[in-house]
Formats: sequence, C-alpha cells, structure tokens
Amino acid sequence: MTDTTIDRDKLRDIYTRTMRVARADEKFRSLLMTGKLAVIYYTVRGQELVSAAAMAALEPSDYLVTTYRGQHDQIAKGVPLNPLFAEIAGKVGGTCRGKGGSMHITHPETGVMVTTGVVGSGLPIANGLALASQNRGDGKVTMVCFGDGATNIGAFHEAMNMAQLWKLPVIFLCQNNRYGEHTAFADHTKVDSIVTRAKAYGMAGVHVDGNDAIAMYNTTKAAVDRARAGEGPTLIEAMCYRMMGHFFGSDFSYMPKEHLAEMAAEDPLPRLRQLMLDHQFTEAELDAIVADLDAQMDAAAEFAANSPLPGPEEIRKDVFEEEIAA
Amino acid sequence: MTQITMTQAINRAIDEAMAEDAGVILLGEDVAAKQGGGVFKISSGLTEKYGENRIRATPISEQAIVGACVGAALAGFRPIAEIMLMNFVTVAMDQIVNHAAKLRFMSGGQTNVPLVIRTTTGVGVGFGGQHSDMLEAWFAHVAGLKIVTPSNAADAQGLMRAAIACNDPVIFIENILCYGLKSDDPGPGHVVPLGKAAVAREGSDCTIVTYGRTVLDALEIAGKLADEGISVEVIDLRTIAPYDEATVTASVEKTGRAIVLHEAVKQYGTGAEIASRLNEKLFGKLKAPVTRIGGAFSAVPMANALEQAWIPNKDAIADAVRTAVNWKG
Repeated sequence: MTDTTIDRDKLRDIYTRTMRVARADEKFRSLLMTGKLAVIYYTVRGQELVSAAAMAALEPSDYLVTTYRGQHDQIAKGVPLNPLFAEIAGKVGGTCRGKGGSMHITHPETGVMVTTGVVGSGLPIANGLALASQNRGDGKVTMVCFGDGATNIGAFHEAMNMAQLWKLPVIFLCQNNRYGEHTAFADHTKVDSIVTRAKAYGMAGVHVDGNDAIAMYNTTKAAVDRARAGEGPTLIEAMCYRMMGHFFGSDFSYMPKEHLAEMAAEDPLPRLRQLMLDHQFTEAELDAIVADLDAQMDAAAEFAANSPLPGPEEIRKDVFEEEIAA
Repeated sequence: MTQITMTQAINRAIDEAMAEDAGVILLGEDVAAKQGGGVFKISSGLTEKYGENRIRATPISEQAIVGACVGAALAGFRPIAEIMLMNFVTVAMDQIVNHAAKLRFMSGGQTNVPLVIRTTTGVGVGFGGQHSDMLEAWFAHVAGLKIVTPSNAADAQGLMRAAIACNDPVIFIENILCYGLKSDDPGPGHVVPLGKAAVAREGSDCTIVTYGRTVLDALEIAGKLADEGISVEVIDLRTIAPYDEATVTASVEKTGRAIVLHEAVKQYGTGAEIASRLNEKLFGKLKAPVTRIGGAFSAVPMANALEQAWIPNKDAIADAVRTAVNWKG
C-alpha cells in the first residue's frame, strides 16, 4: 500500500512544476496556432503531472534521459525556460544553440543528459550514466522516461536485463500514455501491464496512477531511495493519457471519442487543483502561482523570438572537438 | 631489441590508460578473467588489476554494451566497448550512429562521447559471411566518428592510447590476422596521434594508399616490384577517418600515380572517397588514373579457396601498379 501522506511544501513544489509544464505547453500551442512558431511539436497535454511528481522526487544533480515527447520531463527537472523556448524555436540562444531542437534537448546543468528521437534508445544510455555513478560512488540516480511504445524495442529488454544484473542506480519510468504513435496499447502489446516485463527480468516493478500526485511522488521517492541505497533499479509504470494526437495538429481520429471523453474526466490538472484545495491551499494562492508562471512564459517566448538564428558556421562546430574545415 | 605482439601491445595500452584514469573501463562479452579475458585475450590480466567493476563481462547485448558506454562517457568516463566481431556492430548501429556520433553536435557542444569501440574482423580465417566484414566505410559516412586501424603492433599500442585519450568516439578495428604480428617494443607511454598517416615505405613511381592488414601486402609487393625497377611508396593511413589528406596528396603529387587498396569491398568504399579527392586535388598532374582495389562484391565466403579468391590478390595489386607506371594515356 503506497503511503498517502505528503509534505505540504512538496505538494506546492509538485503543483508549481506541473503548472510550469502545463502553461509552457499551452504557450507553445498558442504560438503554433497563431503562426508565431512553425516547428514540429509533441504536446504533453495530459502528461503534465506524471513527470512533475516524478522529478520532484529527484535531486537537481540526478541524471535524466528522456524522449522526443519529453518537454514535461525537462521543465519539471528544471531546464530554464528561456533557453528551452529558444531551442524549440531553433535559435542560437537555445540550450543547444538551435542544433538539437525539441527532440534533442540537452542541459547538463539540470541533469538532462540526453533527449532522443529514437524510441527506446535512451534506456541503454541511462544504464551507462548509472554505471558511472555506481563506479564513482557519487550517489546520483539516473531516471529514464519513455512511453509504452518503447517497451517493444530490443534496447528496452537489453537494458532492463543489464540494469538488474548489475544493480544499477537507475529508474525506468514508463509513462504509459496508451499510444505508440497512432497505435493503441492493446494493439501493440499483448501483456496487460508493462510491470509484467519487470518481473521477467527479476526487477522491482510498480504500477501507479500517474495522475495521482501523492501516489506518483511517493512511488518515485521509494524507487529513488532504493537506487541510492544500492538496491538496484525499479521499473515504474505510470498510467497517464496523451490527450491529443501524436504531434500537435495531427489527425487523431484513431483515438475513440468515447475514450477521449472518459480520459478527459481524469484530466490531471483539475484533479491536482482539487487536491491542493483539499490540502487547504487557497484559490488565490494557486492563481498567484499560475500568474507568475504565465509572466515567465511570456518572457521566454519573447526571449526566443528575439534570439538570432544560428549562422552557417555552426555546421562545422561540434562535429568533433576540433572545428572541421569548411 | 625485445619484441611485442599486437595482442600484447593493445593490452598494454589499455592497461596504461586504466592505471592513469579510473574513468577508463572496458565492457564487452567475455572480457573479464572469469570468462577468459576476451576471446582474443586482449583484456587478459586486467580484471586482476582493476576489478570487475572496471572490466565488465556483459550479456550478449550489443545495444546495451554500446549504450552503457555512451552513457558512461557522457558522465565523464572514458569507456572502451569490445564488440567481439565487426559484423555485430550492426546490432548496435543506433547507439553508434544516432547517439555516440551526434550527441556533441546535437547538444551544441555541451556533452561529448569519449568512447572507443574496439572490434575485430578479417578475411582469411574461415569465419564466413557474418564474422569477416570490414565496415569502415559505413562509419566514415557518419559525421562525428573517428576510425582507426593499426597495421603493426607498435602502432596498435600508440593508436589505442590516442583513441582512449580522444574526446570523440573512435571505432578501433583490429584485424584478427594481425594479432600475432610482432614489432620492436616501443616501450611504455607510446602514443601515435590520430589523423596522421605513416609513410611505410618511400618510393617515387607509384603510391599505394592502404591501411590495416593490406599494408603488409603492399609492402611485400613494393619489395618485389623494386626488383623490376619500379619504386613504390606505401602510405599506411592508420586513421581512416578523418584521413591524413595532406600526406596522401603530397605522396601522389610526387609519384603521379596512386592505387587505393583495402580489404573492404571496392564498391562505395573508402577507396572511392580517396580516389575522388585525389582527382579533385591533382587533376592534370596525375600520370595515370587513380585505381581502387578491394574485396569482391559478395559476402565473404567460408571455403578457403573462395576466401582467397575474394580478397585482393597480390598479383592483381602488382599488375595494377605496373599498369599505372606504363600508362600511355
């Protein structure tokens, strides 16, 4: 039985992280809708809370590996908004000077070591970060985020086996959003739960409602504590829901309307707000947090808009340590 | 002078690097003492010195091996991945090509992957189609990877030290048939810089540009042709990508003729790149067309007779040199 208590400051922290993700996503969709930005964008609508509660259980120095739909993970982990917005816009002020884009965000200062556009390929890399921590004894934990679709690539299975074999301080956070691109979970995976796969590798596996802030935080915290204590990896299957199509603006007629309506009723945002009110946070307090965040979003959008485009000389830099000839 | 085999030389280079830096680790199938120190004994004796945390025998999981090395490299380690045979790197292509090669660039220089992928291959040992390929051209086509192959033991030691010290990913190709080759012992601390070719033999009539085991063939042919009055210069690239274009161009400018020789199949190979660049740089100065010699365009056959027919034939290489020298245009 998961602990249902939570520290009040931690709850505020989770709320702030969740709303930072939510307001950033809202801002991006608004920029795209109004034509101020023209990039491919993978909205995290519906998955805001799952990563906010998970990242709240990590230390800033812990490592994170995530995927192309990882903006909620990056923001919740602490990547500053100005360079994040600029990177997604392909500007020189971005985290990666505009050379990565939304699918390849790196920000080592906040522990975001890799964002990969190749589904499932982050898991073996997360093992390596964790292996370095294990050898160094630096106490860091590595979290790798991925979706349900990623659990069918070979790299998932190789990495799970190796992590458990070596008792690496790594947490595999499967955000089961019920879709692998356009394919529903039941149409790509025969087992009912990804946790079954953890058991197949002798690994601790936990199934959790990713839209339940307290359960999500406490589950992650327990996995973090286990990893730091040298007790090895955990697979967390956090149930959530991708409330929009694969990428923003794409057709999602393959998602049944009845199911969408059913899932809208489990929208993590109103549910979290109610939880906050239940814990005696006031409407005014919560509104003030969001208002402050919205001011940050406006500033970040302006920073990105004003940041210059990278020059062609960037192509020769960072291929190797030494600049290559023109 | 004492001599050292290529196996001993590579082992020594790794040993020295591990002694100097706790971030140097080796991951691969069967590499630890318990499993015999690697199928070709490259890591023999290292587990006893550095322990199983640093010499890690892995499951048969090439994606997980290379991926773990990429992650450890991102965390500041200098990992070495042993991929038992070069054909097996195909299993780990995503980690090599999409991650190791590109993370420095895609992160805008915030992270880098100081990783060495050691692998073995070679035609002539009867391993057949899935254990014998030279796949260097595949990797040379990807921006961000360095590719190295030694032709002698001393270079193997020095190049391995340089590869481990390199802040970018390096594919280090060891030819099985070269493991027993002996060189004069270069002594401890020997380093051969990446990107520098060696003039393995000086000559004035024709240049053979090559690397790896076929350097031995080229030197043998050069010796025979000298008896016919043909002076052949042999360039051992040592680093295949990025290659030492200055040394190659200078040699061919001097001799006016070039043959590019490699064990990999000729089609779309490294030879095509070098020949094309020589044309671009030296058009009008060449006394004969630059030609390429490589393996046959088929899978490497198992039967020894077929395998020998597959690999570049020494007589054919010598004939190519004679044709170039006698070219009338």
